[in-house]
Amino acid sequence: MSETLADWAEARPVTIEGRTKAHVKTRSPVTGEGPVLAGVLIAIAVIFLLLFLVLPLAVVFYEAFAKGVGAYFSALSTPDARSAIWLTLTVAAIAVPLNILFGLAAAWAIAKFRFPGKSFLITLIDLPFSVSPVVAGLIYVLLFGAQGLLGPWLKAHDIEIIFAVPGIVLATVFVTFPFVARELIALMEDQGTGDEEVALSLGATGFTAFLRVTLPNIKWALLYGVLLCNARAMGEFGAVSVVSGHIRGKTNTMPLHVEILYNEYNVAAAFAVASLLALLALVTLVLKTVLESRFGDELPGKSRRH
Amino acid sequence: MHVRAVDIVKTFTASSSRPALDGVSLDVKSGELMGLLGPSGSGKTTLLRIIAGLDIPDSGSIFFGGEDASQKSVQERRVGFVFQNYALFKHLTIADNIAFGLEVRSRELRPPKAEIRRRALELLDLVQLTGLEKRRPAQLSGGQRQRVALARALAVEPRVLLLDEPFGALDAKVRRDLRGWLREIHQRTGHTTTFVTHDQDEALELSDRVAVLNGGRIEQVGTPDEIYDQPATPFVNGFIGEATPIEAHIEAGYVYIGAHQLRIESKAGTSGKGRLFVRPQDIVIGDSQPDSLQAQIVAVRRNGATRRAEIEIPAHAGRVEIETHSSVSVRAGDSVPIQFVRGTFFLDGEGAPA
Repeated sequence: MSETLADWAEARPVTIEGRTKAHVKTRSPVTGEGPVLAGVLIAIAVIFLLLFLVLPLAVVFYEAFAKGVGAYFSALSTPDARSAIWLTLTVAAIAVPLNILFGLAAAWAIAKFRFPGKSFLITLIDLPFSVSPVVAGLIYVLLFGAQGLLGPWLKAHDIEIIFAVPGIVLATVFVTFPFVARELIALMEDQGTGDEEVALSLGATGFTAFLRVTLPNIKWALLYGVLLCNARAMGEFGAVSVVSGHIRGKTNTMPLHVEILYNEYNVAAAFAVASLLALLALVTLVLKTVLESRFGDELPGKSRRH
Repeated sequence: MHVRAVDIVKTFTASSSRPALDGVSLDVKSGELMGLLGPSGSGKTTLLRIIAGLDIPDSGSIFFGGEDASQKSVQERRVGFVFQNYALFKHLTIADNIAFGLEVRSRELRPPKAEIRRRALELLDLVQLTGLEKRRPAQLSGGQRQRVALARALAVEPRVLLLDEPFGALDAKVRRDLRGWLREIHQRTGHTTTFVTHDQDEALELSDRVAVLNGGRIEQVGTPDEIYDQPATPFVNGFIGEATPIEAHIEAGYVYIGAHQLRIESKAGTSGKGRLFVRPQDIVIGDSQPDSLQAQIVAVRRNGATRRAEIEIPAHAGRVEIETHSSVSVRAGDSVPIQFVRGTFFLDGEGAPA
């Protein structure tokens, strides 16, 4: 190794002197590849992006409008489609606030306090990321289903969870749990407890300190987490598919509705609904970029981006 | 407000080998400016946080005046705590930062809005930042932020003012300016004040009394003069004034280095081995006299108005640093007669190990 380094150090100045000035300039001083190689690498990346990301997105909108604008809107306004959109919004409207609450509480506990089992809790929070969504759905079926652990008791008390909205909400909450918590844990650990201690020493109660000091410090990271959480909540397929039962007009969310339409060869309608989800993704992406560029320094380290 | 810490013991679970504070008692008199001085890890910040109520001691009590504050929360103790990194609220303006402590009071105790604003501006004047009320913390220099942090702590009319390394993160010039300024504020407001520092110059210059901490214990409490001139333990001697320990012994009350008798008397005992702590100013280069010791100059450095010379003396293995006026010409390699004019002798095993 040391030999190679010495050789390199000796050979290097000769190589540079041997080149024309212009040639040296176009060459990146750090990585050192020539313009041709750089061009090829960039081209590969661009083609890859076009083929696997941009093209599919374009196809969604193309297919959605393939039968005209009228067909597009009528596909969206069928009772089943409207119910699916409504259900998706409802589920997100319940799951996201719940996860804001859980996320805040978990992040607060983990970042501001020392207690036994803390690292276990952090691992637990990441569990939904590592468990397949289908398994997540199955867990709830095994717990709350008719043959499940709590099934008989629920039936006796006339409570419906599986194949009903509560099950869908539960599955969604499970799958989207880490988004808010992870964003906040990283940032709050970074910020430490200094500001809160100041607030307390100035006479603020714990709750006042949280409202007036902690919340302003984490608001952009919270919004960022909510954004990702919401996108996932509306787009979740696997876990929801297991617990929903696919009852049209009752327990079908948008992603499930897309699948049903597609399986019935109703391609235009499937893509019309899909285009709404794609639009949501695009809006999320734009907001995410805006947040990152404007408030990047108030978000946790870039290396933890998903 | 007279503040007393009694037998404070605090162990952090992370470093359970040794307590951070090992039975510390401290008296801060009403209106006094007390400096807690010690190396990092000596427990000085922990003691300050325990007085504030930000940390809870394993045992021991804190008294504010006659009242036992040990069971009181941070809020109830009403202390003004200035944190090392200032910890200004960056989403608030300077005026709002200062007003924070008043704004968060419960409705019946909160002054009216106009009054809060008037108080904030008044404090801004006191810390000489008039006109900066609309700025954000990010727009201020380090020294200015420190002043805002102090104004914010003073706004709640604290019973005690506690400052953690108040000038730690500032450059030398700003530090010096702020020292004088803090002294002035203290004289004007009369708050009982305790501050933590690892800088002996800062502690000696600023404090009415200094408490020197080491390894979770208080080594000595005294006026700056007492601390400097009559260090009670080898540690204080080694920590204050760049003293060098030299192996020595005493016989009949006089200090000897090797076979050489010095003109230094010691009350440490009548005979025995120990160490003599000498500061760079305690040794002078002079004419050869019967009690002079011949020393070899090894290196010379210029240090402002003085010169620092490293010398080697017989019967001592290491080098000793001495200070001479810059007009005295000394060169490396010279052999010169030296005399010990001062020094503090400690018998081995006396006091905590330095």
